[in-house]
Amino acid sequence: MEWFDALHLARLQFAFTVAFHIIFPAFTIGLASYLFVLNAAHQVTRKPVYLDLFNYWKKIFALSFGMGVVSGIVMSYQFGTNWSVFADKVGPILGPLVGYEVLSAFFLEAGFLGVMLFGRERVGEKLHVFATAMVALGTFASGFWILAVNSWMQTPDGYVINAVGQFVPDDWFKVIFNPSFPHRLLHMMLAAYLTTAFVVAGVAAYHLLKVRAGKETPGFSIDAVKKMFSMAMWMAAIVVPMQIYAGDAQGLNTLQYQPLKIAAMEGHFEDQKPAGLVLFGIPNQEEAKMEYKVEIPVLGSLILHHNLTEGLRGYKSFPRAEWPPMAPPFFAFRIMVGIGMLMLFIGMWSLWLRYKKRLYDTPMLLKTLVIMGPSGFIAVISGWVVTEVGRQPYTVYGLLRTVDSLSPIEAPAVAASLVAFIIVYFTLFGSGFYYIFRQMKNPPMLSEVVLSHTSPIRAAGFVHPEFKKPSIAGAKS
Amino acid sequence: MIIDYALIWAGLIAFAVLAYVVLDGFDLGVGILFPFVKGEENRDQMMNSVAPLWDGNETWLVLGGGGLFAVFPLAYAIIMPALYAPIFIMLLALVFRGVAFEFRWKETKNQYLWDIAFAGGSIVATFAQGVSLGALVQGIPVMGRAYSGGWWEWLTPFSLLTGLALVVGYALLGATWLVMKGEGEVYDKAHRFAKVTGLGLLVLIGLVSLWTPFLHDQFMARWFSWPSMLYVVPVPLLVLLAAYLLFDGLKKGYVNQPYLSAVSLFVLSYIGLVISFFPYIVPSSVTIWDAAAPDVSLHFLLVGAVVLIPLILMYTGYAYWVFRGKVGKTSGYHA
Repeated sequence: MEWFDALHLARLQFAFTVAFHIIFPAFTIGLASYLFVLNAAHQVTRKPVYLDLFNYWKKIFALSFGMGVVSGIVMSYQFGTNWSVFADKVGPILGPLVGYEVLSAFFLEAGFLGVMLFGRERVGEKLHVFATAMVALGTFASGFWILAVNSWMQTPDGYVINAVGQFVPDDWFKVIFNPSFPHRLLHMMLAAYLTTAFVVAGVAAYHLLKVRAGKETPGFSIDAVKKMFSMAMWMAAIVVPMQIYAGDAQGLNTLQYQPLKIAAMEGHFEDQKPAGLVLFGIPNQEEAKMEYKVEIPVLGSLILHHNLTEGLRGYKSFPRAEWPPMAPPFFAFRIMVGIGMLMLFIGMWSLWLRYKKRLYDTPMLLKTLVIMGPSGFIAVISGWVVTEVGRQPYTVYGLLRTVDSLSPIEAPAVAASLVAFIIVYFTLFGSGFYYIFRQMKNPPMLSEVVLSHTSPIRAAGFVHPEFKKPSIAGAKS
Repeated sequence: MIIDYALIWAGLIAFAVLAYVVLDGFDLGVGILFPFVKGEENRDQMMNSVAPLWDGNETWLVLGGGGLFAVFPLAYAIIMPALYAPIFIMLLALVFRGVAFEFRWKETKNQYLWDIAFAGGSIVATFAQGVSLGALVQGIPVMGRAYSGGWWEWLTPFSLLTGLALVVGYALLGATWLVMKGEGEVYDKAHRFAKVTGLGLLVLIGLVSLWTPFLHDQFMARWFSWPSMLYVVPVPLLVLLAAYLLFDGLKKGYVNQPYLSAVSLFVLSYIGLVISFFPYIVPSSVTIWDAAAPDVSLHFLLVGAVVLIPLILMYTGYAYWVFRGKVGKTSGYHA
C-alpha cells in the first residue's frame, strides 16, 4: 500500500502537525490585537469595561499562546527531520526568512508575554499597554515572515540555482515580495481577525442567551458582554466584505501563477470557454471527470475574469504528472466560501438589527453565532488545504517535487513519530480546548467582583466556586 | 577585506545554543526537581519562579533550529534526520511540560496529572537533548549531502552518559536558581539538591571529558598534543575554580553565587566542546564552511541579527528585571 511509505507518512505528519498548529496562531494573531485595543481603550477612556474584557480574554490568550508555542517549535525542526533534502536546497532562501521570524517576532512575543500576563502591577499601566502592543506586533511580524516563506514556495521568485542544486537568493526584495505574498498576507491576516471575531461573538452570544434565560452567574458584567458582542459584530460587518475582496484578489493571482490549482478549486478537468461555476460534484481523478455535476453556466468566467467570455483551462491541458489531487481542494474551497458567505450574511444581518436596536436580543442571531463560534477555524484550515494540496506535486512550485524533498528516513520511524503526535496532540490539546471552553462558559465579571473574587487564587474569578482551592486561598493573593 | 560570514555565524549560533542551555536549563531543572519537593504551596512557588520566563527561554531553541536551517542548511539537513528519534522525543516532551504551565492551574483534583506532565516532560526533554548532543559529538555517518545511517544509530553508551549528565546538570541549574528565588522549605531543599547535583555533575563532566578525546583523532590532538595543550589547559582549571565557588557559595549561604557558578560550569564545558569541534559542525565530516549557506544569505540575516539580537537581550534582560527577587509564597503572578 503506497500510503504507508515514508513519503506519505511524512506528508501526513506534516499536515497533521501544521493543521493543529495553525489553529493557535489563527486565533492568537487576532486576539493579541484585540487585547491591545482593549488595553489601549481602557487607557484612553478609563472605562472599567475594557479592562474587565482584557482580563477575561487574557486568560484564554495565555492558554492558546502556550499551545501555539510548543506546537510551533515542532515545525522549526520538522523541516530538517523529515524534509532534509528540501531544507538543504531551500535553506539559503527560506532559512533567513525563518531566522527573521524568530528574531523579530518570536522573541518579541515571548519577551513581553510574561509582562503582559503577569506584570501589570509591577510595571505600571503605560508600560503594560506597551507590552501588549509588542505582543500584538510580534504576532503580526510572525505572520508576515511565515507567509513570505509559504508564498515563495507557491510562487518562487528572485532566486538562482547554484552548482550543488541549492536555490540561492538573487534579489531579496523579489524573494520576500514574491507575486502571491501581498495577497496571501492580507487574506490570512483578515482570516485571523475574523476567526477571533467569531469566537468572541460566539462567547458573547452564549452569555447573552444565558442572561435572557436568567441563568447567568451572579456578578457578571452585562456591559462587558454587550461590548464584546458589539465589537465582534462590527468586525463581521466591516471585515467580511474586505475578506471577500481579498479572497477574490488572491484567486486572480492564483489563476495567473498556478492555473492548475484554480482548475482543482473550480473542478474543471476539461478546458472551459466560457467557464461555468461548478456548485457541486464528486471529482473522479482516475477517469478525469466530474460526477454528479451541478453547474451554473458562465459564472466561473465572471468570477475569475470579471467578464462573460474568457475561458479557464482544465486538468487535461496539463501533463498528468503535474496534476494535484482534485477532491481535497475542490471540497475545501466550497467549505471556505460557504462559511464566508454565511459570515457576510451575519454581518449584514447585524447591521440591520443594530439599526433596529435589537442587536442584543434577537435569539435567532445569538443562536446562530454560538454555532458559528468555531467557523473561522474551519475556514482557515479549509483554505490551507486548498492552497497546500493545490500546490502538489511540488514543494517549491514547478521546481522541486515533494517526492524529491524527503529525508533519508525509514517508514517505521516516521510511523512511530506520527502516531506519537496524534496521541499526544489529541490528549494534551484536547485538554487545552476543554479548559478554554470551561473558561468561556464563565462570563466576564464586574471589576469590583473580580477583585474580591480573584485575588485569592489565580484566575479564580472565572472558575466556578466548586473548583476553588480553599487550602491555598490565602497563600497566593 | 573579506569577511568570514560563516565564522561569524558559527559564533552566533554557538551563542544561541549556549543561551538556550543556560536559560532553559534552569527552568527545565526546576521541572526535574519537581517530584522531589512535596506540598502544593512549594510546587506553586517553584513553578511561579519560572512561569513568566520559560517561553522566552525556549525561543532560543527555536533560534537554534531556525538559525541552523538559515545559515548552515547542510548541517541542519544532515543532523536532524540522524537525530530523528531523540529530537521528536524532546519536542513532544516539551509539549507536555509547556502546556502544564497553564493547565496545572485549571485543575484541583487532577492537578497531580499536570505535575507529572511537567516533571516527566522536563526530565525526558533534557535527557533527549543530552543524548542528541552525545550522538552528535560521537559523529554522524555522512554520504554526499545527506545522513547515511539508520534510525537507531544515536543510541550508544556515550550518548546515554551525556543524557544523564545533562539531566544532572540542568537539575543543578534549577537547584541554584531556586536557591536564588525560593523561600522556606523550597530554599532548604534546593540548597541540598545543589550540593548533591553539583557533586554528581563534576563526576559526570570528568567521565565525559575523559571519554570524548577517544572518539575522534582531532579531539585527541587538540587536547593532548603540544603546544595546543598549552592553550586549552585553562579550561579544566577554571572548571575546578567554578566548582570551588559553587560549594563555597552554598556553604556561606550566598544566594546568587551558586547559580552564577553553575552557569560558569556550563559555559566552560561548552567552551571545551567548541574547542573539540572547531572547525567542524558535524565532527570529522562537515566543517562550518562546507555547511554554510552562500554569503548573500548570511549577510542578509546578519544585518538583522546585529540590530535585533542586542534588542532581544535588552528586553529579555528587562523581563528578568521585572520579575527579579524572591518569588515569595504570596506572589501575584497569576492574579
